[in-house]
Amino acid sequence: MAEFALRGVTKRFGKIEAVRALDLDAADGAFVVLLGPTGAGKTTTLRLVAGLERADAGEVLIAGHEVGRLEPAARDVTFVFQQYSLYPHLSVYDNLAFPLRSPARRWDEARISAKVNEVAELLRIADKLDNRSTRLSGGQMQRVAIGRALVRAPQVALMDEPLSSLDAKLRAELRVELKRIQRELRTTILYVTHDQTEAMTLATRIGVLDQGRLAQIGTPREVYERPASTYVASRLGTPPINLLPLAALPPSTFPQLRVPEHTALLGARTEHVRVRKTAGAGAAFVRWIEHLGDANHLHLRLTTPGDSPPQELITLVDPAIGLEVNDRVDIDFFAPLCFDAEGRRINA
Amino acid sequence: MAEIRIENLHKSFGNFVAVRDSNFVVHNGEFVCLLGPSGCGKTTTLRMIAGLELPSTGRIRLDGEDVTMQRASQRDIAFVFQLFALYPHLNVRANIAFPLHSQGMVRSEVKRRVEAAAAMLRISHLLDQSVSGLAAGDRQRVALGRALVREPKAFLMDEPLGALDAEFRELMCDELRGLHDRIGATTVYVTHDQAEAMSMADRIAVMNEGRIEQLAPPQEIYDRPATTFVADFIGSPPMNLLACTAPGGGLAEGASSVLLSGQPVRVPRLAREVRNPNLTLGIRPEHVVLDAHSPLRARVTASEYLGTLQIVYLVVGSEESPLRARLRSDLEFRVGDQLGIALDPARISLFDAQGSALATTGSPEGARSG
Repeated sequence: MAEFALRGVTKRFGKIEAVRALDLDAADGAFVVLLGPTGAGKTTTLRLVAGLERADAGEVLIAGHEVGRLEPAARDVTFVFQQYSLYPHLSVYDNLAFPLRSPARRWDEARISAKVNEVAELLRIADKLDNRSTRLSGGQMQRVAIGRALVRAPQVALMDEPLSSLDAKLRAELRVELKRIQRELRTTILYVTHDQTEAMTLATRIGVLDQGRLAQIGTPREVYERPASTYVASRLGTPPINLLPLAALPPSTFPQLRVPEHTALLGARTEHVRVRKTAGAGAAFVRWIEHLGDANHLHLRLTTPGDSPPQELITLVDPAIGLEVNDRVDIDFFAPLCFDAEGRRINA
Repeated sequence: MAEIRIENLHKSFGNFVAVRDSNFVVHNGEFVCLLGPSGCGKTTTLRMIAGLELPSTGRIRLDGEDVTMQRASQRDIAFVFQLFALYPHLNVRANIAFPLHSQGMVRSEVKRRVEAAAAMLRISHLLDQSVSGLAAGDRQRVALGRALVREPKAFLMDEPLGALDAEFRELMCDELRGLHDRIGATTVYVTHDQAEAMSMADRIAVMNEGRIEQLAPPQEIYDRPATTFVADFIGSPPMNLLACTAPGGGLAEGASSVLLSGQPVRVPRLAREVRNPNLTLGIRPEHVVLDAHSPLRARVTASEYLGTLQIVYLVVGSEESPLRARLRSDLEFRVGDQLGIALDPARISLFDAQGSALATTGSPEGARSG
């Protein structure tokens, strides 16, 4: 359990810069989640910390020591992959004990047994210790893989989409478990995902990556409520944030709207929008109400000034709102986010 | 295109029963997902339809014809696996054409079908490329093309997206459903991923221990689960299931109230009398609302911030199972807070002691109450 940092790390594959001058600091016991689409550089960053890739420039520090030249085994980190990788010929007990039997440790069997049993309790698989690892269900196997990564108390545990091959129910259960275990063991974790729910619920800090650069890092609430840019804002939230050009929101239709100077785009999430049915022309009409099982998405088409392109606005609505397709509505914006022409957020 | 009819289908491996007395019909042009945890019998069912596995008892009819004992190659069904095997030394065109050449089809017809399939899959521009240089998604499209050119009566797919990375899987879901809408082929699709099933299927068969627990459109599966297994398997987080009792030891036909932690709670009217007083009340997290005046009280044990919304974990009385409520994030709670809550009665499902949904007749009288 230790702090770790990346300082100006760059990694190229041929002509492609997968990671560009990346700076990242994580405190001891932090749960840092890297979020970004395919190709953003999240897995490469993880592999650089693990030592599975060598940086072309910059430093990787674990517990204050530069580890850039060390082999993976010498870095005292553990890795959990998307596909659980257990030793199929070994029991659950032996899978968990494996890293503890490393000759470098010189632990006696009594100490190993105590540690394995402690972790098995924590993972709630104590009754499965004698099973062959292949006799477990997917969720149990991944729980063992996570347990094996945490059992030897590494400086940093690295996880690459460890929950994404599980079904939704197991994923949600293991998410809660992982958070609980991390809190109890105070392990430092660097975790990669493209799933915003995992990022929001697991992370003490979320780092949003954009083409190899760190676009923003902060607590889930900071990144969600005060995104640095339209890119970050678009990575979080369901339905996604509405980014509306200011030109599509004329004062004649939105007389209450006040925005800071240089605002080019208005960022409106569900919590920034109030919709009221109107008998008049209204600011928009209802195009479609999408029923998604657990939520209803209201699709509005804004009444934009003559020559500007049509604008859509999507927001969550209470099923009891009583709106129908083609109804006219007025829209009020409450403390929406404002962005300049380059997509940077402006403080209101 | 064809209808697939499954009659009393049963399969055991030694003492293990993989599929139990299964009956269902996949209509012509329909997209049906078999959904369930591993070991529920979904893949075995699919393999029997394909002819890769023979049933212990029961019948399979394809367009009325009994194909139960036919070989896989005689069934005019295309099977798409999770791992796509392409011939690495052949180009895209030859890979797609392969099953037609082996049937001895005339060249002009092969050319026509390959080009039609490629256009359908939007890979016409790749036809003369080598398959070894293709991206994962395009390789998968080629594999689909090879199934498509045969113009089979039905498509069977066994977790075809399982080997793809999570993000790409979501994109391919849209694409597969779009393809289905264009060609309208009868499709049976096996998955353990509810998001895939919910976004693609016309109907979902939720399976557990070899049985179909419910076969219905996605919205109905979500809103009106037939069993507690379905209620708990579908939804993220899943439906809350709380033990409740019938006041006076049973419920008469038309009754619309149960006791939850000693408090009366309004529920949909029962269509039939219930004698066993031990019931389970099911309510989705989005249908739990705050109501300061409600006599039903709950204690906050945790919350998960999701941005616009949060999941608040509650405990009602001495109830052991948690009650999860999906609420707006601007409401702030502390662990230990006592809240009044109400359950939207029209949205409540009731299950008997065996976990089967009780039939109800519409919504109860009056508005929301604790």
